[in-house]
Amino acid sequence: MKQSKITRRSFLLGLGAVSAAAVLSACGGSSASGSTAVSGTTASGSGVVYRTLDEIKAAGTINIGVFSDKNPFGYVDENGEYQGYDIYFGNRIGEDLGVEINYVSTEAANRIEYLQTGKVDVILANFTVTPERAEEVDFALPYMNVALGVISPESNVITSLDNWNAGDQMIVISGTTAETYLTKNYPDIPLQKYDSYATAKNALENGNGVAWANDNTEVIAFANQNPGYTVGIPSLGSADTIAPAVSKGNTTVLDWLNEEIRALGEENFFHKDYEATLVDTYGADYEDELVVEGGEVAGEAASEAAASSAAAQ
Amino acid sequence: MPDLGLEVLFKGKNMIRLLGGLGVALKISATAVLISLPVGILLGVLMTLRNPLLKAVLRLYLEFIRIMPQMVLLFLVYFGSTRAFGWDLSGETASIIVFVLWGAAEMSDLVRGALIAIPRHQYESSAALGMSRMQTYWYIIIPQTVRRLIPLSINLITRMIKTTSLVLMIGVVEVLKVSQQIIEANRTASPNAAFGIYLTVFVLYFFACWPISLLASYLEKKWK
Repeated sequence: MKQSKITRRSFLLGLGAVSAAAVLSACGGSSASGSTAVSGTTASGSGVVYRTLDEIKAAGTINIGVFSDKNPFGYVDENGEYQGYDIYFGNRIGEDLGVEINYVSTEAANRIEYLQTGKVDVILANFTVTPERAEEVDFALPYMNVALGVISPESNVITSLDNWNAGDQMIVISGTTAETYLTKNYPDIPLQKYDSYATAKNALENGNGVAWANDNTEVIAFANQNPGYTVGIPSLGSADTIAPAVSKGNTTVLDWLNEEIRALGEENFFHKDYEATLVDTYGADYEDELVVEGGEVAGEAASEAAASSAAAQ
Repeated sequence: MPDLGLEVLFKGKNMIRLLGGLGVALKISATAVLISLPVGILLGVLMTLRNPLLKAVLRLYLEFIRIMPQMVLLFLVYFGSTRAFGWDLSGETASIIVFVLWGAAEMSDLVRGALIAIPRHQYESSAALGMSRMQTYWYIIIPQTVRRLIPLSINLITRMIKTTSLVLMIGVVEVLKVSQQIIEANRTASPNAAFGIYLTVFVLYFFACWPISLLASYLEKKWK
């Protein structure tokens, strides 16, 4: 009996120690920045939940979903502040709406879910417009171009994929749009596939392949940082666009955003955005290649996509 | 000495941000542990009772939580509750709910296992000594069960702390997300920062889990 009494006391002692540790750590955690605080969403009745423009204005805060680890589009600097091309635009949206901005850290895989549940009002997370996505969310006018690019050593610059020498190999990263595009449109080009950016980079540097195909933003950035390489083909394949997205059916916010993007075009806003955030990575040469001003894309295919998503509202 | 890019840690508020991220992770796991351990113990005791309906319900709950990946549970609670009921949970609240559900389920099975491992003669001897049911549990069964439970529940608690790395998927910025942010923000300036930052994260997780292991071995020794 004596033995079990000691056991009970030390059991309580142990519990006390565990709870004390928990309380201590709970106190330390309250100062963390960037947690999501979504407030006051309203149901629209159709299953998709969103806030209208007036509700956002009344609440005084807009929730914008961005990437927090995609330098230079959306990232967090060493002081814990959101920065980048998408953020520069987001800040302007908050300013022109006259509301505070709450940036929400999103991942590529959960961006649509965030809009469909109304946990954010707008997604500005380097969101490429695709027909599949346009069925789930509504895209506003585009503000950036993306396409594929091909980089090669300066000693042997590849400027065209036609008349490909069958002995040469093209480096790609598995699962990227570059791989899909080349397999479909240039089945004769032998591909050398790598799992990660780092291994593909090594392969190019070691000369395992004659060129490397990837998103043009990636290869342009690479050429800028690594002398001796040239982007021989800066824009390949279907030109896609990056656009803000709102919850399906949220016409008030969508219309306001389209209006805003058109108005910003008159002051060359996105060129300024590029010069403030992207020029260090991509250089001044690609400014017109990448920036879409006033929602007007040079290529027809892309503007059609934007128009159809605008019409679908 | 290879370049680990450790200088990135001392840029701006980076170190404080990492510690803040660890704080978020520990807050979620500690809250969940504090709630799920007692609930799990209660459920585990209920599972040993001879009530087929209660047993079936608890079994169903346990299997559901055990089979579902934690990531799916997080999405279900965070986004699903908004779709289904229009609730607007914050990422942290949703994480705590998932971790409590998970912790309680696993704990209940550990407790059930520890309880049925107590030989029948322990109950019978207590009865022969004239102890009531309450006394049997308090003086005989629980002390023996708790001793068996310590290593198992420590394992569960440290697993809960480490699994908080998943909550970044529902927008909670915890230590791993902060480290990814720091690595990416310095992608061009310090390309090797990934090594240094992940090393730091390893050390942070270690110092979060190590005291718990120490406490466990202390208690195990003390209750031998």
